[in-house]
Amino acid sequence: MTLTLRRAGRRAAHSAPPARRHSRKVQGWLYAAPTAVIVGVLFLAPLALVVWMSLHRWPLLGPARFNAPENYTKIADNPLFVDAVLFTLKYTAITTVLLSSVALGLALLVQERRPGVGFFRTAFFLPGAVGFAAAALLFYGMLNNDFGPIDPILRDLGVIDEPVKWIGTPNMALFSTIVLVLWRFAGFNMLILLTGLQAIPVEVYEAARSDGANRLQIFTKITLPLLRPTLALMLILSVTGSLLAFDQFFIFTNGGPDNSTVSMVMVVYRDAFFRFDLGGAAALSVVLLVGLVGLNTLMMRRLR
Amino acid sequence: MTRAITLSALAVLFLFPLVWSGWASLEDPSNYLEMARFGEGVGTYAANSVLVSFMTVAGTLVVSALGGYAFARFDFPGKNLLFLATLAILMVPYATILIPLYVLLGYLGLQNSLAGLSLVFVMFQLPFALFMMRNAFEAIPRELEEAALVDGCGTFRAFSRILLHAVRPALVTVGLFAFLASWNDFFAPLILLNDGSSFTLPVAVVSMTQRTFGAIDYGMLQAGVMVMAVPCLILFILLQRHYVRGFMSGALRG
Repeated sequence: MTLTLRRAGRRAAHSAPPARRHSRKVQGWLYAAPTAVIVGVLFLAPLALVVWMSLHRWPLLGPARFNAPENYTKIADNPLFVDAVLFTLKYTAITTVLLSSVALGLALLVQERRPGVGFFRTAFFLPGAVGFAAAALLFYGMLNNDFGPIDPILRDLGVIDEPVKWIGTPNMALFSTIVLVLWRFAGFNMLILLTGLQAIPVEVYEAARSDGANRLQIFTKITLPLLRPTLALMLILSVTGSLLAFDQFFIFTNGGPDNSTVSMVMVVYRDAFFRFDLGGAAALSVVLLVGLVGLNTLMMRRLR
Repeated sequence: MTRAITLSALAVLFLFPLVWSGWASLEDPSNYLEMARFGEGVGTYAANSVLVSFMTVAGTLVVSALGGYAFARFDFPGKNLLFLATLAILMVPYATILIPLYVLLGYLGLQNSLAGLSLVFVMFQLPFALFMMRNAFEAIPRELEEAALVDGCGTFRAFSRILLHAVRPALVTVGLFAFLASWNDFFAPLILLNDGSSFTLPVAVVSMTQRTFGAIDYGMLQAGVMVMAVPCLILFILLQRHYVRGFMSGALRG
């Protein structure tokens, strides 16, 4: 019974009469139509619009006026943006190095399936389930000198004598932000690396061990090379995420102190909604977009 | 042994902030009452967040299930082009198209609207969701569908009555990701909503720290953090298996 059904079904799909095949094309389009509308209206159209806007003086209210290439030429005269580029690059470099090291360390610690390891994996990942905005507010409270627990704990441990300005000086603000990001994203990156570690066949390790390789040799000669594609993915995600950093600086440091933690995306936001210059913000967006797509392509080529 | 100690110490470091936040918010339970009265009332913001998340999850599920079915089972002109265009969303940095989206939603009469915000979230979820759903539909044996077609079902009946049940695990994963993303996102609602009464929780709670007068009430702030975080923590722990599996299927967004 099932056999005849199967045969009949296969015949229906593969040797369908032309009218039926035509109707399957139409049907395919109908099912894909919502996707096409969303992609067209909310992705491709804004992509074109951002380029169009970048060529215009485009105030928040009032008519737009063609002014190309002024929005682009004035980028170089925007000292805040130039500083923001340097700051964002510095932040990205530090974050990426620390995040990948911590994530790799965590992944190695919990890679083997043994009793209790599930708890630790969950514990390290759990901050990743908390929204980033909530995480930033949590740290904002935790590091506060009057309210938070960090100052008292460190004082009791004898590490510090007086309250620390956790977000009050440029260096400490950067440091605190990076701790926040490590807490929130280390488990997420650990999960990425775990998938890579688990894809390495056990036999490879066994062969190396029987050849007399020690732990360090196994790590540098086997684990790291075989983990390369996964490490590459993690690096790309970390670099892209850090270059687009916004929430942590907007919520946590508010760009301060003295604009020392203003990221590139924060300048875009301020240009658009504080200086009401959407055209200028669009030009910055286009620059960021082209830069990031270029960088991603380059990284994928180099790292694969 | 050293390994167990290291792991435990690290676990304490990772869990401490969450435990502290819960404790700090509960130390004086009136924190929650005060937070509930902040601005338009936390009920309004929570309702906005729930509505946006619901619309995003529903929209993502409907669009990606229909689309995934189309990509797995039908051939139609422009199929590859549309798939590539959808995946290109991953290549374009989120933050760089929010300004034109703000203008565009204005043209569509959707500025400052929760529906508009949800549509934007659906768009950002689409590459991952479509990829997941296409793979899920491809994994179903064709015979299942063909038997139904031969029995006289139309494709839509086969899709809605039979195939949707078979891809339920993928639907749960896609829905979970869509919920976490839309519930937690801060940047998109910050830009796309400009009327206090339409704020979602992240924007509303952040605004507690940026009041121009008066000292910040940190206990109240941590109550806000808990209201935002606890649903995600519960959902994650309950659906952890789906999250990790969805995660491993490759398509992800940092």
